[in-house]
Amino acid sequence: MDFLKDPLKVAADWLLGIFSGWGMPDLWAQVLIGFLGIFILVALLMVLDIFLVWIERKVVSRFQSRIGPNRLGPFGLIQPFADIIKLLIKEDTTPEGADRTLYNLAPILSMMSVLILWAVVPLAPSILGVDLNIGVLYIIAAGAIGTLSIIMAGWSSNNKYSLIGAFREAAVMLSFEIPMLTVMLIPTIFAGSMGIGAITQAQDTWNFFLAPLAAVIFLIAAIAELGRSPFDMGEAESELVSGYNIEYSGMKFGMFYAGELLHAFTFGGFWAILFFGGYRFFGLEQVSAFLAIAILFFKAFIGYWIIMWVKYTLLRIRIDHMLAFNWKFLTPVAFVLLMTTALMNALLADASNWLYIGGMFLSNILVAWISLEVARSASRWERERVEGTGYAARRTE
Amino acid sequence: MTVDQIIFLVIAAGTLIAAFRVVTTGNLIHAAFWLIAALFGVAAIFAILHASFLAVVQVVVYIGAISMLFIFAVMLTRKDMRDQGPQLNRNWGFGAFLAALAFAGLVFLVHGWSGVAKTASAFPSDFDAVGALGNALVSPDAYVLPFEVASVLLVAALIGAVYVAYNRK
Repeated sequence: MDFLKDPLKVAADWLLGIFSGWGMPDLWAQVLIGFLGIFILVALLMVLDIFLVWIERKVVSRFQSRIGPNRLGPFGLIQPFADIIKLLIKEDTTPEGADRTLYNLAPILSMMSVLILWAVVPLAPSILGVDLNIGVLYIIAAGAIGTLSIIMAGWSSNNKYSLIGAFREAAVMLSFEIPMLTVMLIPTIFAGSMGIGAITQAQDTWNFFLAPLAAVIFLIAAIAELGRSPFDMGEAESELVSGYNIEYSGMKFGMFYAGELLHAFTFGGFWAILFFGGYRFFGLEQVSAFLAIAILFFKAFIGYWIIMWVKYTLLRIRIDHMLAFNWKFLTPVAFVLLMTTALMNALLADASNWLYIGGMFLSNILVAWISLEVARSASRWERERVEGTGYAARRTE
Repeated sequence: MTVDQIIFLVIAAGTLIAAFRVVTTGNLIHAAFWLIAALFGVAAIFAILHASFLAVVQVVVYIGAISMLFIFAVMLTRKDMRDQGPQLNRNWGFGAFLAALAFAGLVFLVHGWSGVAKTASAFPSDFDAVGALGNALVSPDAYVLPFEVASVLLVAALIGAVYVAYNRK
């Protein structure tokens, strides 16, 4: 029963017993067990990553009315392994005039920025890498390292397309970080802590019902942060060939690709953790740690599926439209929502649970409605100005 | 030597080497990336001092925003990234003298301080460093005035930047 509740602790104690039996000092054994834990988590994530390639290809083929990989193995399940073998044996090219060190460092940093995110993901009540009390900020910090890897790749490739792609991608990632961090503060208000574990624990009611608008803004900002369509500015194929990763081949390209897929899955997971209760599901998470992990992964896959759905449905937005959308719409809405939530939280501090949920929900809907109305009248004003009709045109004459 | 001390020495040495490379490397972009490495080392030192908030803010603000601004500025203003001119100017002797003097002064100050040989007492297990910092920033008898003044300064800078860049049609 103990193993089902807290498998990591049982396994760690068992390993500690073995290592002490070999005459290893306690401190070294603890460090070794810590490293083993990290190694196992990363290895499992990389295996998951291999299957994410298959999932992504299967899902996109369904969206596009195709079948997808179906030749190798049942349902084409062996296809990703064949892809990996291909990537590994491909010639590893470095363009002339490239900055060798940075060129080789960029794919590693890109993968790393995704993997370090999993340090704060609470997989189950008892399985949590580090319960950082600033987990929300940590996610943004890891994103900063991802931005760095992209600009590194774009510059060191000695290719103007990759440099333009990197500039665009960095501009997008830097700007969309702001609404993302702002709406991540809303679950922080509800939980009273920035720790990801505490945010999960505090969600007796899913944060989605308290802050639906925040969940939507987080999803939009996350998609932009991932550089996926409709925000795939960095690798706009029709304009930039392939953007920042154009010069990479073989496994180095594979690192970018796998990093992007795992990043999308990870943000599906964070969406689930911040707004849909993480591993919690009607007390089922208390039964067994394995069940909790399964619940979290199920929710994360739903988030990932929605990100894929958006990616394969919408077309790319022009870069100036995208930045204008962020700075003139998403960021102000996020700020207003944060202030409204903080105010409502103070006003409803003594209210009953149902009143609290209802008040929060209605205030979100109200903010969403007002911001959409403002955006609509602004766009009508702009359209009348351009077309030369209406009040705006008459005034400027 | 304890494990903590070894970790600190390794990180501090890495930070110093990176900082040294910032000023000695001839390639401006490499200097910017070395600067990022140095700033990351400082973040790691914050982390081993249990100042996790400062460590993460160091990464978000300095690596995520300010270094990125440096890289953009260098890439957009230089055609050739290699700096052709000499690395040192006429005042290097005076600069080295001032740096040595400042370092000697710091060593003297730290040497005279009685707390330098003590080990820091451990935090109580329920100590909420982030909460204490947040309270200090908004409580009237602590740092609310500097905090608000800094905020006004940043807003003024923001509005000024928008005004300078605004293209009147």
